Amino acid sequence: MSASPGAGTRPIVLITNLAKGYRRGDQHVPVLFDISLSIPEGDFIALMGPSGSGKSTLLNLIAGIDKPDSGELLVDGEDITRLSESELADWRASHVGFIFQFYNLMPVLDAFENVELPLLLTSLSRRERRERVDMALALVGLTDRRDHYPNELSGGQQQRVAIARAFIADPTIIVADEPTGDLDRKSAGEILALLRRLNEEMGKTIIMVTHDWHAVESARHVVHLEKGELVDDKKGADSFSASSATASGKGI
Amino acid sequence: MYYLKLVFKNIFRHKLRSLLTLLGLVVAILAFGLLQSVVNAWYAGSDMASARRLVARNAVSLVFPLPIYYRERIRAVDGVTAVGTSNWFGGIYRDMTPANFFAQFAVDHENFFDLYSEFRTRPEELLAWKKDRRGALVGRLLADQYGWRVGDVIPLKGTIYPGTWEFVVRGIYEPRDESTITRQLYFHWDLLNEEIKLKYPRRAEQVGVFVVGIADGSRAAEISQAIDREFRNSLAETLTETEKAFQLSFIAQTETIIAAVRIVSFVVIVIIFAVVANTMAMTARERLAEYATLKTIGFGPAFVGALIIGESLMITALGGAVGILATFPAAAAFKAAMGSFFPVFKVAPETVAMQVACALVVGLLAGLLPSIRAARVKIVDGLRYIG
Ligand SMILES: Nc1ncnc2c1ncn2[C@@H]1O[C@H](COP(=O)(O)OP(=O)(O)OP(=O)(O)O)[C@@H](O)[C@H]1O
Ligand SMILES: [Mg+2]
Repeated sequence: MSASPGAGTRPIVLITNLAKGYRRGDQHVPVLFDISLSIPEGDFIALMGPSGSGKSTLLNLIAGIDKPDSGELLVDGEDITRLSESELADWRASHVGFIFQFYNLMPVLDAFENVELPLLLTSLSRRERRERVDMALALVGLTDRRDHYPNELSGGQQQRVAIARAFIADPTIIVADEPTGDLDRKSAGEILALLRRLNEEMGKTIIMVTHDWHAVESARHVVHLEKGELVDDKKGADSFSASSATASGKGI
Repeated sequence: MYYLKLVFKNIFRHKLRSLLTLLGLVVAILAFGLLQSVVNAWYAGSDMASARRLVARNAVSLVFPLPIYYRERIRAVDGVTAVGTSNWFGGIYRDMTPANFFAQFAVDHENFFDLYSEFRTRPEELLAWKKDRRGALVGRLLADQYGWRVGDVIPLKGTIYPGTWEFVVRGIYEPRDESTITRQLYFHWDLLNEEIKLKYPRRAEQVGVFVVGIADGSRAAEISQAIDREFRNSLAETLTETEKAFQLSFIAQTETIIAAVRIVSFVVIVIIFAVVANTMAMTARERLAEYATLKTIGFGPAFVGALIIGESLMITALGGAVGILATFPAAAAFKAAMGSFFPVFKVAPETVAMQVACALVVGLLAGLLPSIRAARVKIVDGLRYIG
């Protein structure tokens, strides 16, 4: 493994010939065609593309909340397409942190309890949980808002709670679907700075869907999706040669 | 712990909706309890009936009388220890409201009370009553309801036997125990008979029923048959049965009403089930995105399903508990409003058990479908619901 923070060489996510479609009536609507992609450990990927191109679909597959029709999807060496529903749930609990566009916090739980949620699925004691939640809240700068409920927090603050919730259980990957999509410039900037810190200081691998060019600047690499297929990235082709080669596996 | 916290907090998210559902539950469980108690009260009188008393009536129908001279022949039947006569008088006191309704009987004053040991009479009062042709012996419950004392005059407006009849209270009998209903007025059959003789000679010398005392309750069937055999092929054949069976056959005439009350009590439960099921379905639908989020984090379908069932059960438990607690004062108020039309009006432990069962079944069933749906919904579909 690379000792330096940032993109290492070991692929933490390895996607091979992945395809996914939806049924609409008795019609099969293909959404993703033959996707192949390798994401090295410690990377920060921005997944871009026009609306309807299948970004969320791909992200959901990587996060293990949806199942592909065919292809392989290895996360940290494990083919998650072979896991059953309940195995997937356990796998998600320990491997994935999810950040949503609309935060998706539990309205009846305060900031502290929301962040604590993923830890309830671990064997940590109450005390250990509290220490970790306190640390996470400090990291996202919300120590003084720990007993505020989501409706008492601004959008940016809610998303920071959501970020704390996403990394609290120390997942293998963090996925984010348009995390700044619902925020103003300033709040979006704070969220992106936080994600950069997670990536740079804590070495977290992040995969982020975004339309926002400012967000793209925070990422190390960009992957473009168009009509369900990966196209050549437009940023940092030099430092991304290894994975971009795989990404354009179809020889685009 | 977290589970309970989530369930509990979720209940009060839509305060108005939850309160209305709770109100419905309270009213439904309360109504169910009251209606069941009405049914029980209806049957209460027959529980008091003695197994050592038979009632002989006209085999055709209760509205047809029997000739008084049957008395001696019944007394002669083997196993019979005493025979009393009784006519339903059916007079109106004050007005026709149920609160002012009570039973009046014209009985043979000489030995009628010997048959009813559950009515505790004072010897001197009993004697005074026997001596006074216009005397009335009234039950404690009735006397207390109207504040009657010995010496008071009670006017009754006859319906079966027209005219205004006045009786003088000569004694008040007490109940032997809790199950004894002391809400009757007894007067001399002789008085009734004489008046009838003057006005409607053809209706004289007749009684409504014979109350037959027997020494051995286990011989009731045998003795009943012996009495009926005695009058077979005579002008008025008899039908003799135990007092309990007689009381129940009385109730059977109103059976359809009781059946209706019983059905309504369950209809109420079905309606509240629909209300709670609708609330839970709405609630679960609104929270699909939250359930999907919990699943994304790694919580299983069972946890999500249990959240909804738990919420549903907690609401019905809450509403049910308040409803059950409210049943007792409501029953007391109901009893007061009905006067002593229902002398025994109690909320039975079985009724409370049924209320508890209804609340639990409603809670479980109402939460079941939404809970299964939420447990099964795919995460990606659930996340699309933005509440
Ligand atoms: N559950 C579903 N059932 C049917 N079709 C679906 C479903 N989910 C997504 N699709 C279709 O798949 C395609 C890709 O959807 P996806 O949400 O992945 O796009 P996206 O790139 O994330 O778009 P956006 O930028 O608008 O979020 C769309 O045409 C969409 O209509
Ligand atoms: Mg999307």
